[in-house]
Amino acid sequence: MRNPQLNDHGELQHLLSIEGLPRDIITHIMDTASSFLEVSDREVKKVPLLRGKSVFNLFFENSTRTRTTFEIAATRLSADVVNLDVRTSSTSKGESLLDTIDNLAAMHADMFVVRHAQSGAPYMIASHVGPDINVINAGDGRHAHPTQGLLDMYTIRHFKKDFSNLTVAVVGDILHSRVARSDIHALTSLGVPEVRAIGPLTLLPPGLEQMGVRVFTDMREGLKGVDVIMMLRLQNERMRGALLPSAQEFFKHYGLTAEKLALAKPDAIVMHPGPMNRGVEIESAVADGPQSDILKQVTSWIAVRMAVLGVLGGG
Amino acid sequence: MTIMISNGRLVDVAAGLDRVGHLHVDGGRVVAIDALPSGFVAERVIDASGLVVCPGLIDLSARLREPGFEYKATLESEMQAALAGGVTSLVCPPDTDPVLDEPGLVEMLKHRARSLDQAHLYPLGALTVGLKGEVLTEMAELAEAGCVGFSQANEALVDTQVMARAMQYARSFGFTVWLRPQDSFLARGGVAHSGPVSGRLGLSGVPVSAETVALHTIFELIRSNGCRIHLCRLSSAAGVELVRLAKREGLPVTADVAVHHLHLTDVDIGYFDTSCRVEPPFRSQRDREALGAALADGTIDAVCSDHTPVDDDAKLLPFGEAEPGVTGLELLLPLALSWAQRAGVPMATAIARMTTDAARIAGCEGGSLAVGSIADVCLFDPQAHWVVSPATLRSQGHHTPFAQRELQGRVRATLVGGRVAFG
Repeated sequence: MRNPQLNDHGELQHLLSIEGLPRDIITHIMDTASSFLEVSDREVKKVPLLRGKSVFNLFFENSTRTRTTFEIAATRLSADVVNLDVRTSSTSKGESLLDTIDNLAAMHADMFVVRHAQSGAPYMIASHVGPDINVINAGDGRHAHPTQGLLDMYTIRHFKKDFSNLTVAVVGDILHSRVARSDIHALTSLGVPEVRAIGPLTLLPPGLEQMGVRVFTDMREGLKGVDVIMMLRLQNERMRGALLPSAQEFFKHYGLTAEKLALAKPDAIVMHPGPMNRGVEIESAVADGPQSDILKQVTSWIAVRMAVLGVLGGG
Repeated sequence: MTIMISNGRLVDVAAGLDRVGHLHVDGGRVVAIDALPSGFVAERVIDASGLVVCPGLIDLSARLREPGFEYKATLESEMQAALAGGVTSLVCPPDTDPVLDEPGLVEMLKHRARSLDQAHLYPLGALTVGLKGEVLTEMAELAEAGCVGFSQANEALVDTQVMARAMQYARSFGFTVWLRPQDSFLARGGVAHSGPVSGRLGLSGVPVSAETVALHTIFELIRSNGCRIHLCRLSSAAGVELVRLAKREGLPVTADVAVHHLHLTDVDIGYFDTSCRVEPPFRSQRDREALGAALADGTIDAVCSDHTPVDDDAKLLPFGEAEPGVTGLELLLPLALSWAQRAGVPMATAIARMTTDAARIAGCEGGSLAVGSIADVCLFDPQAHWVVSPATLRSQGHHTPFAQRELQGRVRATLVGGRVAFG
């Protein structure tokens, strides 16, 4: 089965998932992001890489931060950006997803940045559009959020330099998390020797072991000696459907506190894709503490998304 | 019309046949094998040299989409597909719109089928009104109208008291209840087998326990209520094992499997291929092998197409939103043959699972070439290779995970009631 995100020459045509992405492509995107980081500090914050190209932000699901960072990234590359809040337009009138795509492709879109509540929706779009269009997955259901995964890798590389000696723990609601899946694939692709998943069994998907992950239900056990702690956001609706009894009990056993953080390596970093639920998955003292990268990540957001847009659309 | 089918390889386990011979048909019946009956003059001779001549296939689950979903398929299109696939009898689930829960609807459907004069149609009546799982239908009336059994199709029967009473009531009249074993709570929201693939793709899973829990419930209710149950579309190794034990215990159960489950697993979903969105979901390789072994040894009695035409609008959607179902009438025979070949099962056994055994479950005519049987006959070339091209299928349903696959075995002619209906 051909990997739908690579073209016949093995080059990146779409960014749909980190799974199956060759390590050199991941590294190339991170290197490109580094080179774009200084653009944000310039007086004229623009490079002409995507001049004349149209980037359509297609958000079938709500998002502020991801959409905004893509918009800024595309603008800095001199692309024309069209933001479509598809929830409130065509699809609510009964137009099918592919009809919407056809209509937009006819407006000479060059790139689609897609977020959708259903796992796999960007794959369907990518297989439908012509060869001149690039599709970027900005989050699909529980499946993947590759640009967030790349951003997380960029951050880890910034702090830890080398992936080959790290132990990384992903903590919380992995079952529903597209970020967790993308992080796990990225970490294993980059050669991280030990990736751990920590959470109650109701929030862990089947088959984590086959993804190369060690599973822990005891957070204290799982945090021992780790270099990186990746916290996940816990949605309030998980309290329904018998997945969890309460936010309080979750925090007690799976929330990151200073006391639990002390079990990790002294120089461990704490990451969170945000938005955070303080007191549910992370305590404020940790979130705002010196080991936390939660806010520092923001500056890299745009650079990584510029890199993805640039690598795909810049030829 | 008198027909002589000459020099074909006659294959029929029921009649103890697997040899080259001649089949003579008169008045819609098989009147003789080999020796010409006295006074018989064939008005038509079909040379079946190199072909297999077997009973017309009896498909235990084919949705024709009428009434209510004519935009997905019609009786005309699907009957043609059936005949092109060598299928002469169709058992149809009641999940039409309106649901087949009233005798009038069943009579209308039977009348439509009769006027088309193609394959035989055997509807299953709804077990509960509107398939809602609350109120029993008038089963006796529905049976008089032509229903051969009663089913919930793919709808849940959550209330176990209703299930128990439906079994008791059906048993009073000697009816068979057809149930798809799936616990609706455990299966809730699931679109793929609960396992490494669904975990990786971020798709909600249907665990194997959804099937085993339902089977335990059904078997326990049979033990106390005694009704004859046909289990539709087994999907797991664990489920197969429970059925094996139940049969050994002597419970009055039969079972079927959809032919695509003998070939595919959850890995075939690949990158969210919605043509692999089926109910029950494709499971692991171990499950697939267990289903095949059970079909070979008779634990699973029959194989069906579970033919379900789905229109593009309902299929060209993200995986979790796509309607389950694949087209199958024209693929049942070649897929069953290729399964048999791969599994080292005699062709005659594979054919029996779609003919003799299926007739026993549906309680319908056909499924045999024995003298006196209705002349529903399928002639196919077991050597013919062809590539599945969805656009050229006769069915209005074009979605199949077997598109572009090369299959072996092609129907050359189909007789229904002694009339050449295809070929």
